[in-house]
Amino acid sequence: MAKVIYFDNNATTKVADEVLDAMLPFLKDLYGNPSSMHTFGGQVEKYIRHSREQIAQLLGCDNSEIIFTSGGTESDNAAIKGVLAAMPDKRKIITTRVEHQAVLATCRELEAVGYKLAELAVDKDGQIDLEELKTEVDDDTAIVTIMYANNETGVIFPIDKIAEIVKAKGAVFHTDAVQAVGKIPLNLDKSNIDLLSLSGHKLHAPKGVGVLYIRKGTRISPFIIGGHQEKSRRAGTENVAGIVALGKAAQLAEETIGQENTKVKKLRDKLETAILKNCRDAKLNGDKINRLPNTTNISFEFIEGEAILLSLDQFGICASSGSACTSGSLEPSHVMRAMGVPFTAAHGSIRFSLSRYNTEQEVDFVIEKIPAIVNRLRELSPFVK
Amino acid sequence: MWDYNEKVMEYFLHPKNAGEIENPDGIGEEGSLACGDMLKLTFKLDKNGRIADAKFKTFGCASAIASASIMTEMIKGITIEEAEKITNKDIVDKLGGLPEQKMHCSVMGMEALQAAIANYRKGKGQPQKKIEGKIVCTCFGVTDKEIEKVIIENDLDTVEQVTNYCKAGGGCGSCRGEIGLIIEKIRGKKTKKDEAQTSPKKLTNLQKIQLIQRTISEQIRPLLKADGGDIDLIDVEGSKVIVAFRGMCSKCPTAEFTMKDVVEARLREFVSNDIVVEEQSE
Repeated sequence: MAKVIYFDNNATTKVADEVLDAMLPFLKDLYGNPSSMHTFGGQVEKYIRHSREQIAQLLGCDNSEIIFTSGGTESDNAAIKGVLAAMPDKRKIITTRVEHQAVLATCRELEAVGYKLAELAVDKDGQIDLEELKTEVDDDTAIVTIMYANNETGVIFPIDKIAEIVKAKGAVFHTDAVQAVGKIPLNLDKSNIDLLSLSGHKLHAPKGVGVLYIRKGTRISPFIIGGHQEKSRRAGTENVAGIVALGKAAQLAEETIGQENTKVKKLRDKLETAILKNCRDAKLNGDKINRLPNTTNISFEFIEGEAILLSLDQFGICASSGSACTSGSLEPSHVMRAMGVPFTAAHGSIRFSLSRYNTEQEVDFVIEKIPAIVNRLRELSPFVK
Repeated sequence: MWDYNEKVMEYFLHPKNAGEIENPDGIGEEGSLACGDMLKLTFKLDKNGRIADAKFKTFGCASAIASASIMTEMIKGITIEEAEKITNKDIVDKLGGLPEQKMHCSVMGMEALQAAIANYRKGKGQPQKKIEGKIVCTCFGVTDKEIEKVIIENDLDTVEQVTNYCKAGGGCGSCRGEIGLIIEKIRGKKTKKDEAQTSPKKLTNLQKIQLIQRTISEQIRPLLKADGGDIDLIDVEGSKVIVAFRGMCSKCPTAEFTMKDVVEARLREFVSNDIVVEEQSE
C-alpha cells in the first residue's frame, strides 16, 4: 500500500522513533536478566527504575506504585481479580455497560461464578448517572471499575467525582485509563483512584507492555504468581525492552501533552465539522464536550460500517467502525447500543482517532474523499429513496 | 480484516444492476436494519417468461453488496423455475468464495430471490416477507426451515457454521442448543447431551409457579434483554400465564412472534404442554 493515513490511533499507535531508539539496545547488546547477580544482567535494573520514574512522573504518583504488566488487558484482569481475592468477604462488583471487553468480559465471567455484578447504564451522551452509582455502592461492594475515557466515542467520565463517591463508601476504585493516558493530564496523587490500567501501544510504545498503578495501601493479591519480580506483585522476567520503551513514550507524552488539546484537537474538530457539514444524515455519537481531544465517532445513517471502511481503505485511510460486520460478531457495538443509538445509525458508525503524528493535509484528504463514498453507498441502500 | 478475493471487491466497488425496477413483476426483501443487512430485489419478465431485468438495493457490508449484485447477473435471461433452483452455494461459487463468517450474505441473496419469486406467484402486490416455519433464533428472526435449508444445501455440521451461514445463534446464543438438535436431526445421529431435561411430571401449584419464574428468568428474559426488552410475570391462573412486556422491541421484525413463539413455546417446553400465555391488559 502506497500511502497510509492513519486515523485509528485508539486501536493502536505507531512506535515513536525516539522510543524505538531507546528500546533497541535491550534487544541486542543489553539482553541480560535484571535479576542476575552479575553486572551484565544487573546493570539493566537501573533502566527499569528509570522507566518507572518516567511513568510515575506522567501519572503524578510514586515510583513504587507502578507495576509493569503485559498490557491493558492484563492490568484490568489483575486489578479486578486481585482485589476480589484480597477481600473474600465482599461479593459485589460495579462497572458500566460501555467498558472495554477486557473489563466487561472479566466482570461477567466473575458474575457467572457467583459474584454480584451491577452494570451502570449510560444516557444518550454516553454518561452515567452518579446518583445511580451512589445507590449501587454498598458495604458488600469490593471494587468499582469504570473506564476513564471510552475507546469508541472518546467520552470522558467524571473520574475524580466517581473516585470520591467510591472512596466515601469504602470500596476500591479501578479505572481503565488506556485511552486517557497521554491524551489528558493526570495527577494521581491528588485523586482518589486506587488502581489504574494503562497500555503502552496506545501511546506510541510497542504492544505487549503496560502498567497497573496500585495506590499505596490498596488491598490486592497478585494475579500472576512465580518469581519475585515487581516486588512479588507481578511475577515473570521483565519485558525490559518494552518497559524501557514505555518509559520513553511516557516522557514524550509528558512533553507533548499540550499538543493534544491544541494541534490534535484542532485537526479532529476540522475533520468532524467538515464531515457533519458535507454529509447528510451524519450524526455525532457521544458527549461532545467531555471527550478526548483526538476522537470523533460519527454515524452515517442507512449505510453499513464495513462497506464504509473498505471504501476508505481504497484510499489508504484507516478508521474503525461499531458495525456488526467489522467485529466478527453479528451485533453492533455494545457501546452504541448502550447509548441507545438506533440501529439505522449504529451499523454505520465510524470512529476516527488521531494522534500528534497526523497532519492537516491528511485531514483535508479525508474530508475530500468521504462525501463521495457515503453517497455511493447511500445510492445502493434500500433505505434511501 | 476479512480476506475478500478480487472478484468480491470488484463487485463491491463496481456493482452491476444496482437500483430498483419500476413496476416489477417480482419484489423480494430479506433482512432488516436491526440485523445489519437488508436486500431488496426487483425483477421483470419478458414475454417468454424469462427474467429480462433484475436490480438490487443493499444495506450491508461488502460481501452483501457483492452477493446481491452477482445474483442479479445470474438470474438474468433464465426462467422463474430455473432461478428458483439457485442456492446460496451457487452465489458463493460464482463469487469465487466468501469468508466463512460471511456466508450469511449469500444466503440473504438466495432468500430475497425466493421471496421475490413467491411475490411474483402471488401476483404483484406488497413485497413478500416470507416467514416459514417456527422462529428458532429470535435475535435475527431465523426459522427452523431456514436453518434446515442451509444445513442441507451447504452440508453443515456445527452450530458455528450455521451461525456463519444464516446468523442463527449469533446474538444472545440461547438457541444454540436448539440449532444443535436440528443439525442432529438432519445428520441422523441422535447423540450426547440431553438438554437438561426438566421432565414435566405432576407439579404442585407452587412448584409450577417457581418453574415458570425460573424459565422466564433463565430462558426468556435473556432473549428479550438482548433486544433491549424485558418481561415480568404478573399472574398464573391454572394453565394461563399472564405476563407484561417491558422496554421495547417494537422495531424488531419478529416482535409479533415473541409472545407465541418464544414465551409460550419455552414455557410449554419447560413447564407444561397446556400453558397459554396472555399479555396483561392495561
